[in-house]
Amino acid sequence: MAKTLAEKVWEAHVVRRAAGEPDLLYIDLHLVHEVTSPQAFDGLRASGRSVRRPDLTLATEDHNVPTIDILKPIADPISRAQVDALRNNCAEFGVPIYSLGNIEQGIVHVVGPQLGLTQPGMTVVCGDSHTSTHGAFGALAFGIGTSEVEHVLATQTLPLKPFKTMAINVDGELPAGVSAKDVTLAVIAKIGTGGGQGYVLEYKGSAIRGLSMEGRMTVCNMSIEAGARAGMIAPDETTFEYLKGRDRAPKGADWDAAVAYWSTLPSDADAKYDAEVFIDASTLSPFVTWGTNPGQGLPLSGSVPSPADAKDEVDRVAIERALEYMGLTAGMPLRDIKVDIVFVGSCTNGRIEDLRTVAEVLKGRKVDSKVRMLVVPGSVRVKNQAEEEGLDVIIKESGAEWREAGCSMCLAMNPDKLAPGERSASTSNRNFEGRQGPGGRTHLVSPAVAAATAITGHLAAPADL
Amino acid sequence: MEKFVMHTGTAAPLRRSNVDTDQIIPAEYLKRITRHGFEDGLFAAWRKDTEFVLNQPAYQGVSILIAGPDFGTGSSREHAVWALQDYGFKVVLSSRFADIFRGNSGKGGLLTAMLEQDDIEKLWAVVEADPATLVTVDLDKREVRAGEVTAVFEVDDYVRWRLMEGLDDIGITLNQAEAITEFEAKRPVFLPTTA
Ligand code: SF4
Repeated sequence: MAKTLAEKVWEAHVVRRAAGEPDLLYIDLHLVHEVTSPQAFDGLRASGRSVRRPDLTLATEDHNVPTIDILKPIADPISRAQVDALRNNCAEFGVPIYSLGNIEQGIVHVVGPQLGLTQPGMTVVCGDSHTSTHGAFGALAFGIGTSEVEHVLATQTLPLKPFKTMAINVDGELPAGVSAKDVTLAVIAKIGTGGGQGYVLEYKGSAIRGLSMEGRMTVCNMSIEAGARAGMIAPDETTFEYLKGRDRAPKGADWDAAVAYWSTLPSDADAKYDAEVFIDASTLSPFVTWGTNPGQGLPLSGSVPSPADAKDEVDRVAIERALEYMGLTAGMPLRDIKVDIVFVGSCTNGRIEDLRTVAEVLKGRKVDSKVRMLVVPGSVRVKNQAEEEGLDVIIKESGAEWREAGCSMCLAMNPDKLAPGERSASTSNRNFEGRQGPGGRTHLVSPAVAAATAITGHLAAPADL
Repeated sequence: MEKFVMHTGTAAPLRRSNVDTDQIIPAEYLKRITRHGFEDGLFAAWRKDTEFVLNQPAYQGVSILIAGPDFGTGSSREHAVWALQDYGFKVVLSSRFADIFRGNSGKGGLLTAMLEQDDIEKLWAVVEADPATLVTVDLDKREVRAGEVTAVFEVDDYVRWRLMEGLDDIGITLNQAEAITEFEAKRPVFLPTTA
């Protein structure tokens, strides 16, 4: 029977199947960070269990680490307690860890791919919903909760109910200035924050094929914001090219065997999806969010919507609440929205390509005097690479701050956060109420829009400069 | 884990859609390394408002939350389930739940029962008219009963069985250790390790 990419990966990992029960799936890679793991390790300890495969487990410190003065003790006592707990747990259970100061440290979803640990056809889990990022390689990758973290630590497997599959076809050519982030925001605005619920999304079509691995990761990263647990893109030459030579990628004869296997993974031509969505790439433009969930987005050329335009009562209330929280009036052009802070970073857009885009826009220009701009690389390696290319100099000369690697203002668990009422343009993935600090207001944007916004002081695209 | 067959208690109406896990418990509470005591973080931002439903005297001691559609979207934090449980909730009713939240709930022993939006509206009306109304959630019959309203709900068969038996996931899987070892012996050699 013809199979989709997701079904092929699933089938290759079934340890046990019994009628009326979820399949028991083997997990090839388990990524761990300081926030969702302490209670899981605690659970193991309480029941006298050990970690079954420390060699398939990797920990990094990212969610609440500071992005300045990283070699001093962490000032926030709770952050320090979590990081210390992770270090102690990893030592006790034999799990490899990349701590602050290690060259491999960074956001867990940046670290896995850059090491070459994330490979096509694998199952990858992490106690973080943006684990969907790794699907860009044709891996089945999804976020899990703390008790599932404990389950994977103890057994290297997870009992799972099959997902449905949804094809997101993005065909045609992306207009200049339109990036992967705009594609993903447009997809979410189209299918809604609950539209992907119960599905694994497979992004396909010529516009997706044309994306770099970085761009593909941005798209898969935000699958969760459409309610889907995972997003995938079939591996191809772009994928192989990215992986070749990376530290943990197969070498020699193993490489050939791996590529031969990976080449069998793309969905069969006559494979059936449970749902399909079609998007014409040529109609897309820079996208920004105006509300308090990632589905509340519009082309930058648009205006703040009115509750009167709502499709139903639930939607009307949602728009009303969002406008109130965001401090916006219906009908106002999105370009007129002034921001206080611009944040570039996160597992969505904290990779080298994103920093290049930002530096290109900032080059020879100054950040608006009323705007504070923070640029936080996704990993130490991304930071080093950017510095080798001189991007940090351009960024600093424009007046923006250049930081150490971490999640930073994406979720405001470290000192980088919005004050109540402050407004940001952010390249991260969530614009929920208070996400970037209590009372903070977030507009999700692409790296290019973030940089242009920093210069003009209001939401803008590079074409507006 | 405690067995869950049937629960009766009072209920709070939460007339909001798309309640994401950042609202259920903000990120700042995630820094704790304990497994309990998260009740103070539940809906922390909204609870600053004295009008918020859980602050109203009539809704003290509730154990059932009747929420709008798309409850539990956003981050995978299981703390959202713990906060609801630590606060005293045994059941959340909604017409639609986010996947990860639902999975986490099943594991933690919090029942997420999926009802038609029409039935949610009826239940809202009942508990708003009289907050003291006792609501019964019958997992065996997959039924919610409150005043004149009786509504069926959807729950995954396997999750239902586990809740009713009070079984812990890891124990169930560890019984399959042999199958796991067999599977490991057949994994392709080119797969990476972290060591
Ligand atoms: S960058 Fe943001 S979304 Fe990504 S892992 Fe960190 S906190 Fe989560």
